[in-house]
Amino acid sequence: MTVSMPVRRGGSTLAGASRTSPGWLRRVDWLLLAAVAGLLVIGALLVWSATLHREDLTGGNEDAYLRKQVTNAAIGLVLGGVVAATDHRWLRLWAPVLYAASAVGLALVFVPGVGATINGSHSWLLVGGLSLQPAEMAKFGVVLGMAFVLAERSEAHLRHGVNAVDVVPALAIAAVPALLILAQPDLGTLMVLTVTVFGVVGLSGAPKRWLFLLAGGGAAVVVFAVQSGLLAGYQLDRFGAFTDPSLDPQGAGYNTQQARIAIGNGGITGQGLFNGTQTQAGFVPEQHTDFVFTVAGEELGLVGAAAIVALFALLLWRALRIARQADDLFGRVTAVGIACWFGFQAFQNIGMCLGIMPVTGVPLPLVSYGGTSMFASLTAVGLLLNVHLRTAGRPGHGVVVQERMARSRF
Amino acid sequence: MNGTARPSGSHAFDLSRTRLVVIQVLVIALMATLLGRLWYLQVVTGDVYQAQAADNAVRDVVVQPQRGLIVDAMGRPLAASRQSWVVSVDRTLLDRLRNRQQDQLLRTVAGMVDKPVRTIEDRLLLCGTQDAPPPPRCWNGSPYQPVPVASGVDERVAVDIQERREDFPAVQAEQQPVRDYPEPFGVNAAHVLGYLSPATAAEYDQARADGDRTVTAQSQVGRAGVERQYDKWLRGVPGSDGIAVDSQGRVLGADVSRPPRAGDTLVTSLDARVQSVVERELKTTILGARQTVDKVTGRRYEATSGSAIVLDPNDGSIVAMASYPTYDPDVWVGGISDTELQLLYSKRAGEPLLSRPTQAQLAPGSTFKPFMAMGALATDSYSPTTRLDCSSSFTVGNRAYKNFESGAYGSIGFDRALQVSCNTFFYRVGYNLWLKAGGDDATAETKDPLVEAAQAAGFGSTTGVDLPGEAPGRIADRRWQMQYWKQNKDYYCELGKEPGSDFLHVYAREFCIDGYEFGAGDSVNFVIGQGDTIVTPMQLATGYAAIANGGTLWEPRVGKALLSPSGKVVRRIKPEVQDRLPFPDSVINYVDTALQGTPKDGTLAWKYGGFPLDKVAIRGKTGTAEVYGRQTTSWLANYTEDYVIVMMVEQGGTGSGTSGDSMRRIWEALYGIKGLQVRPDKGLIPGVTEPTKLPTVDARGLIEPPPLAATSARASAAQSAR
Repeated sequence: MTVSMPVRRGGSTLAGASRTSPGWLRRVDWLLLAAVAGLLVIGALLVWSATLHREDLTGGNEDAYLRKQVTNAAIGLVLGGVVAATDHRWLRLWAPVLYAASAVGLALVFVPGVGATINGSHSWLLVGGLSLQPAEMAKFGVVLGMAFVLAERSEAHLRHGVNAVDVVPALAIAAVPALLILAQPDLGTLMVLTVTVFGVVGLSGAPKRWLFLLAGGGAAVVVFAVQSGLLAGYQLDRFGAFTDPSLDPQGAGYNTQQARIAIGNGGITGQGLFNGTQTQAGFVPEQHTDFVFTVAGEELGLVGAAAIVALFALLLWRALRIARQADDLFGRVTAVGIACWFGFQAFQNIGMCLGIMPVTGVPLPLVSYGGTSMFASLTAVGLLLNVHLRTAGRPGHGVVVQERMARSRF
Repeated sequence: MNGTARPSGSHAFDLSRTRLVVIQVLVIALMATLLGRLWYLQVVTGDVYQAQAADNAVRDVVVQPQRGLIVDAMGRPLAASRQSWVVSVDRTLLDRLRNRQQDQLLRTVAGMVDKPVRTIEDRLLLCGTQDAPPPPRCWNGSPYQPVPVASGVDERVAVDIQERREDFPAVQAEQQPVRDYPEPFGVNAAHVLGYLSPATAAEYDQARADGDRTVTAQSQVGRAGVERQYDKWLRGVPGSDGIAVDSQGRVLGADVSRPPRAGDTLVTSLDARVQSVVERELKTTILGARQTVDKVTGRRYEATSGSAIVLDPNDGSIVAMASYPTYDPDVWVGGISDTELQLLYSKRAGEPLLSRPTQAQLAPGSTFKPFMAMGALATDSYSPTTRLDCSSSFTVGNRAYKNFESGAYGSIGFDRALQVSCNTFFYRVGYNLWLKAGGDDATAETKDPLVEAAQAAGFGSTTGVDLPGEAPGRIADRRWQMQYWKQNKDYYCELGKEPGSDFLHVYAREFCIDGYEFGAGDSVNFVIGQGDTIVTPMQLATGYAAIANGGTLWEPRVGKALLSPSGKVVRRIKPEVQDRLPFPDSVINYVDTALQGTPKDGTLAWKYGGFPLDKVAIRGKTGTAEVYGRQTTSWLANYTEDYVIVMMVEQGGTGSGTSGDSMRRIWEALYGIKGLQVRPDKGLIPGVTEPTKLPTVDARGLIEPPPLAATSARASAAQSAR
C-alpha cells in the first residue's frame, strides 16, 4: 500500500514554521478551521444565553447547556479529527458501511422501544440514555454513499466524470434515506438532502438534461405530495405559515412572529449578550436549538448576525475551494456535498428565523444545540480536512497523474 | 495496482469546475439574501419590531373597577364593595408546563386555597368542551383570560403566592373588588338587589364586537334585580395595568397605565328601616300561618311563599319589597357552589330565587273587587245608589255559588259589598253584565266593561317596574278562553272518556263540549277574582296605588337616581305614568271612601280595633283566593294617601286572618303609632314620607343622607281626621 508521505510544497515562504511543525500542520486549511471555531464559540455563547433563565430546561443550573454544548463540540472535534487523520482509502472502504449504518438508524426510529416520537415526528433514537437524530447522520451517510458510488463507477470506466447511467445508482443511494426521512416526516432535512443530492449529481459532471430531469422530478413530487393529500392540511399550513403567520397561529406562525420580533429588536448593535429582552424572557420557542440565530439577532444585532453569515460564507468558500482543488471524483463530490449541505441548511435555518423560509426543524450547523447535529457537522468538517490534506499533500496537485491514479484504486 | 494512465482535464471534469462556479455564485446570492433580509428586519423596519418587542413583554392586566354602590333613599349602602383576594390560573401558561408539573402545581394551589383539586381542575375546563362539568363548575368566561379558581382567599396565602412566583408559574393572586352586603337594620332585599355572576364567553365576545370596554372576561355582570337593570351604570370601566412579564407570565415590573373608573351609585327608593320591618313582618306572617290549622283541609297552612310590597302611590316608587323564602345574596360572591345553586332553584326549598312580588302569578280573589266595582259603576247599569241582595248563595244555571262562609247581609250597595266582601252581590253584577254582553252568544270580540276595567287597572300586562323578569299575569276573558280551549281540548276530551264522576272528570267532559264558551259561571268567577285570572302582587299594588292617588297608574320604580362616584347626578330616574284609570273621579272617590270602611266595620275590623283610623285613614281590601287542589291564597291590600301595602301568602289562609296583624304593625311603624297616638316624627321615616332630595356625597366620598322632609304636607294631611 502506498501512503503518500508529507511532501513539502515547493516555494513555501513559511520556512521557519516548516522547521518547527510537522508538514501536515501547514497543510491544514486554517481558514476553514477558523470559521468552524468561530461558529462553535459563538454557538456555545448563544446556547448559553438562550438557556440562562430557562429553569424548566436547566433545572436551575444556569450553565447546564453551555457544558453540554461544549461537551458535544469536544466529542465532535474528536470524531472530526479521527476522520481527518484517517487514510482516505480507509474512508472509501468504510463509506458503504457508514451509509448502511445511517440507513438502518433511520429505519430504527420506527421501531417501538428504540424510536421516540417528539413533536409528532419519528425522529429520535433512544440508545442507552442518549437521544440521537439519525437524520443528521444520514446527510453524512448519503454524501459518502453517493461519492463512493459515483467514484467507483467513473473510475471503473476510467472516466473523470459520470455519464447518465452512473447517476441512477447514485440516486438510488439517496432515495432510501430520503424516503425514510419523508416518512418521519422531517421536511426540513428532506429539503437539505434534496439540495445536497442535486449539488452532488450536478458536480459529478452528469449531463444537463439529468439535472433538469431531477429538478422537474422534484417539482412533480412536491405537486403530487400536495395534491394527493400525502401531506396533511396542517402540515401545509405549518409550511406556509412563514408567509402568513395566521395559518398556524399557535405553532409555526407564532414561532415566525416571535423570531422576527426578537431579531428586529436587535437593531444594528444588538442588546448585548445575555441582555436581549425577548431572549431572556423566553418568547421565542426552541430558541437554543432551531431558533438559535434569533439570539444572535437580538443580542448581537446586525453586526453579530452578519458575522455568523460571514463565517458561513468563509466556511463555504473554503469547502468549495477544497472541492475545486480535489483531483479525484470522490474527494470533489464529498466536498461539494458537504458544502451544499452546510450552505443550504444554514440558509434554510437562518431564512426561517428571518421569515423568508418555512419553519422546518433543521438546526444551524455548528451553532444550534444538539448532539447528533454537532457530531455530524464536525465529522463532515473532518472529511473536508481529509480531502484537503490529501490534495494539498501532493506537490503540484492535479498535475501528477501517475500518483493520483495510483491512489485512486486499491 | 491498476495504473493505467489517462488524460487529465477531461471534459466532464472541466464541466464540474464550471458548475462549481455556479454553486459559488449561488452561495453568494443566498448569503447576500440573508444579509439583505437582516438589514431590512433590523435596520429598515427595526422600529416596528422594537415596539412589538416592548409590547410583547408587557401584558395588560385588567384592573376591575369598583362596582357602584346601591344605597337606599337615605344613602345607606345596601350593596357595597370590598377587596377580596382572588387566586386565578392562566390556562395558556399552564398548558406550557409539563403534565407532571401541572398536576403538582394544581395540587399545591388546591391545598393552599383549601379546595379539592378536582374542583380546580373542573374550573379550568371551558364550559361546553369535552369532559367539562356543567356550569357553574366549569369556566364560562373567556378562554384567554386567567380563570379565578378561588375567591376570598386568606391574605397570607395570597401574599405567599405573590412572593414565590417562581414556584407558582401561571398562578396569580390579586385583589379584586367583590360585592359586600352591609345589611343595615338587618335588611336582606335579595330580590330587589339581585346578584352578579361572571360574564359568559358569549357576553364578552358581544361586548368586544360592540366596542364595549366595560365588560372584560373577568367582569361580574348583574343577573337579577337592580344589579341587572342598572348594570350598565353600576359596572364602571375597567382600567389596565401594563405589567412587564416574561414568557412564563412571571411579572418583571409594573406600571399603571389606566386607572379603572368606579361604577355609579344607584340611589333606590327603598328605605332600609321600612324594608327591614316589612321583611320581618312577612316572615312572622308566614311562620305564623304555618302554625295555623286550615279549617277546610284540616292541615296546617303550607304558607309556601309570600310577598310584601310598600309602594308610594304618588309616584310609584317602591319603599320596601320583600319576598319569602329568600336567600343570602352573599352566596354569589366569589362564585356560587353547585349545591348552593341547586338549593336556590329547588322546589323543596321553595325556589328562593323567584322574586314573588313580580314573578308570582296568582288568582287575586276578592282584592279584585274594587276594580270590578269601578268597572261596573262606570257603566250605565250601576250607580252608588244601586242596591243588590247579598244573599248566602246565588244560582247560575244548575250550580249554586256560595257567599264566603255563607254569610248574608241583605240588600246593600257597592260600598258595603266591598267592605264585607260580598260575593253574591258581585255575582249578580257579573252575571247581569254577562247577559248584557250577549251571554253565551258573545264572541271573543265582544266588549266587556269588567274585562276592560281589569285591563285599564294594569292587569294582564307588565307594570314596567325596573326589575327584570316581571310576569304579566293574565286576564281570563273570552278571547283567552277560546285560545285556551283550542290548546287543551284534545287532552280534556280524552280525559272525559275515562269513567269517573269526580270533579276533574266531570269538568273535563264539560270543557270538551263547550270549554270555549265564556259562560255564566266564568263571568261570576271573573268578577270576584277567581277562575283563570292571575295577577302579580306588584300589579295589585300599582292598581291600588291608582285608586289611592285618584286614578294614575304609575310604573313602579326602585331606582331613583344614579350618582357618579363624586356625587354628581348622572341620571335621575323619573317616575313614569303607565296609564290613567278610565273611570270618573266620582267613581274612584266612591270606591276609595268605601274601602275606608273595611278596617272600621268590614272584613278587617277585627284586626284594627284600637287603631287611630281617624288620624291615619287606612283603606283596605282582603282576599282569600281559592286555588284548585291547594290551600287558599291570602291577599291583603291596604293603603293611605302615603303608602300602599300589599301582602300575599301562598297557601296561607284568609287575607285578614293571616296578614292582618303584620299589616297593622307595619302601619304603626310607618306612622309612629303608639296606641292611639300618632307621632310621624317617630315613624320609620321621620315625617312618614321619603325625602324628595337625593343623598349627597361628601368630599371624602362618603354618602350623606338627604335633608329630611320635615313633616310633609301629605303626612300632616294623613294625620288630620278624614
